[in-house]
Amino acid sequence: MSSTMTEIRWHGRGGQGAKTACLLLADAAFASGKYVQGFPEYGPERMGAPITAYNRISDTPCTIHSNIYEPNYVVVVDESLLSTVDVTAGLDPEGAIVVNTSQSPEAIRPLLRGYPGRVYTIDARTISEKHLGGYFPNTPMLAAIVQVSRVLDTGRFIADMEASFRHKFATKPQVIQGNMNCLIQSMKEVHGA
Amino acid sequence: MSIRERLSGNEAIAYAMRQIDPDVFAAFPITPSTEIPQYFAQYVANGQVNTEYVTVESEHSSMSTCVGAAAAGARAVTATSSCGLAFMYEMLYVAASARLPITLACVNRALTGPININNDHSDSMGARDTGWLQIYAENNQEAYDNYLQAMRISEDPRVRLPIMICQDGFITSHAVENILLEEDAAVKAFVGEYNPENYLLKHDNPLAVGPYDTCPYCMEHKVQQAMAMKAAKEVVLEVAADFERTFGRKYGFFECYEMEDAEVALVLMGSTAGTAKACIRKLRAQGIKAGLIKLRVFRPFPMEELAAALSHVKAVAVMDKSEGNSGCGGPLFAETCAACYDLPVRPMLINVVYGLAGRDCRVEDVEKVYRHLLGMVETGQTGPRYLHMGQRSNVEEVL
Amino acid sequence: MSRSAKDINELIPWQEISPGGEICEGGTARLVHTGEWRSDVPVWERDKCKQCLLCAPFCPDSSIPVTDGKRGDFDLDHCKGCGICWKVCPFQAIHMEKEVR
Repeated sequence: MSSTMTEIRWHGRGGQGAKTACLLLADAAFASGKYVQGFPEYGPERMGAPITAYNRISDTPCTIHSNIYEPNYVVVVDESLLSTVDVTAGLDPEGAIVVNTSQSPEAIRPLLRGYPGRVYTIDARTISEKHLGGYFPNTPMLAAIVQVSRVLDTGRFIADMEASFRHKFATKPQVIQGNMNCLIQSMKEVHGA
Repeated sequence: MSIRERLSGNEAIAYAMRQIDPDVFAAFPITPSTEIPQYFAQYVANGQVNTEYVTVESEHSSMSTCVGAAAAGARAVTATSSCGLAFMYEMLYVAASARLPITLACVNRALTGPININNDHSDSMGARDTGWLQIYAENNQEAYDNYLQAMRISEDPRVRLPIMICQDGFITSHAVENILLEEDAAVKAFVGEYNPENYLLKHDNPLAVGPYDTCPYCMEHKVQQAMAMKAAKEVVLEVAADFERTFGRKYGFFECYEMEDAEVALVLMGSTAGTAKACIRKLRAQGIKAGLIKLRVFRPFPMEELAAALSHVKAVAVMDKSEGNSGCGGPLFAETCAACYDLPVRPMLINVVYGLAGRDCRVEDVEKVYRHLLGMVETGQTGPRYLHMGQRSNVEEVL
Repeated sequence: MSRSAKDINELIPWQEISPGGEICEGGTARLVHTGEWRSDVPVWERDKCKQCLLCAPFCPDSSIPVTDGKRGDFDLDHCKGCGICWKVCPFQAIHMEKEVR
């Protein structure tokens, strides 16, 4: 891995939008001039089954076409995965993990099989239910990983996302503000320890 | 005691099938293999076999029927040609990867297009990577003998792969020639019963066949299957040796004809071998050291053995009866070149694509190829390596 | 060479894996506890249930057992928490809760 490359691994469940969040992060990084990769690990499509997705974000072209085994950051979109999937496998001790949960980082750390690095939590369920009217954890988790990893300039990220939402929701402008509020609150509410 | 008869290649295959009396025949007609299910239907109607004769709506279904039957522990057979084989394509892979020993009589016919019913090898060559064993015949006798050996090879626990017994459409399938047939009892004893270790309809030992294979498992299964193809080589030879002991006719991976001192040689498959032998006899009478390797077993490909057999030859023409559409030669040429790569001294190798879509190949045509090889030896120049023979042209062609 | 589902795992070398992936057992889907995939869990409210049995055939995972014409509680080893039963219940006798493990 080149020193300018950041590697992120996403753990989620089929249907929760981890893949979409991974692709959105690639979009946002691309918009800020980075070289990007965003790709899920494909298998049979099964709602609820554990899935993995990956990002590489770099200042130079990404030519590696393999999965990521030693990520800098891990995002866990569904905390129920902590008991069944070794989410910190290969995770850089200098990096961090971000978990979607209503619990504190201190409460989550014992579930992380001895991972010594930084642990962040965010209550994506509550935030998305408040701003989006339903459980859509991918926007909060996207905001949280940008905040934690600083892989992108956060101000630029917010501006790019707003442009992206305006494009994506051109026929549903009423949801743009909710998504932006969701994004900004998530960046504020991700707690680390 | 062998029986002297005269039969066509299709009759010979149907006759062998009657003697073996398989459990299931999945039947769908297509020229030029139609006669096989047709003759077999008569055996069924006459009560001469106990086979479940399943008439289906397509070749995809006939192979699916064979897959189901074989998974259930039955000895399953079918016959097809050309686009029929192409329509089976998906199921050919299923049969091989599920490790089901099914026997398919392939009566080789050109694949469209333009549409044509005559012989070449494009149908079975298209299926060469499907995981099926492929054995080719020069004449009706070999088609019959290969068929009698097929199940012993395919069902062997070291192999467990389906097998294609190929013969040239019309040229051998519809031509009546002399043949030695074997007694029913002797054939039954030679072929034996099919006793798979596991099968679906075994009440006390249930089995799941063909599960979805996720990434952490599938490559292991594919490697295992590839190794079974490799292991099939020794089984092919063992069965051939037993066949020779039992019936007196000798088979191997290929037949070497006048190869001991050959300076120029052809490598080819199927009925053209007989034409080439006649040509060799003519050339030998003139003192020309011409030889032939008639490849019998194309899958598994006898790489080392073929290279050894060609190692002393000065110039070789590989005759492909299918166009590989690679822009640089047919499939038999590609594999023969690969086989010869490790030889310390390689023969000059050229490819002659010939006989497409039933274009006839005469003794004179074969002689032209030998004469061309002799010219190569004389000048020491290989010249163009990818040639076609037999097509009309408004320029003077090499062959 | 074992061909039982319990012995098939991601450590088996190619020499020892069952040919063609065959498994010498039936009904092995039972061994896969798809209940672990669940984020939300259905809760059956017995007092509201009229035993109309509309939920059982709608369940994509056969996780609503029916015995002697009456449904029992959910098979949570295999329920994926999709919520279809909750949607189809005409009597609001099923609700969804966040899964707590």
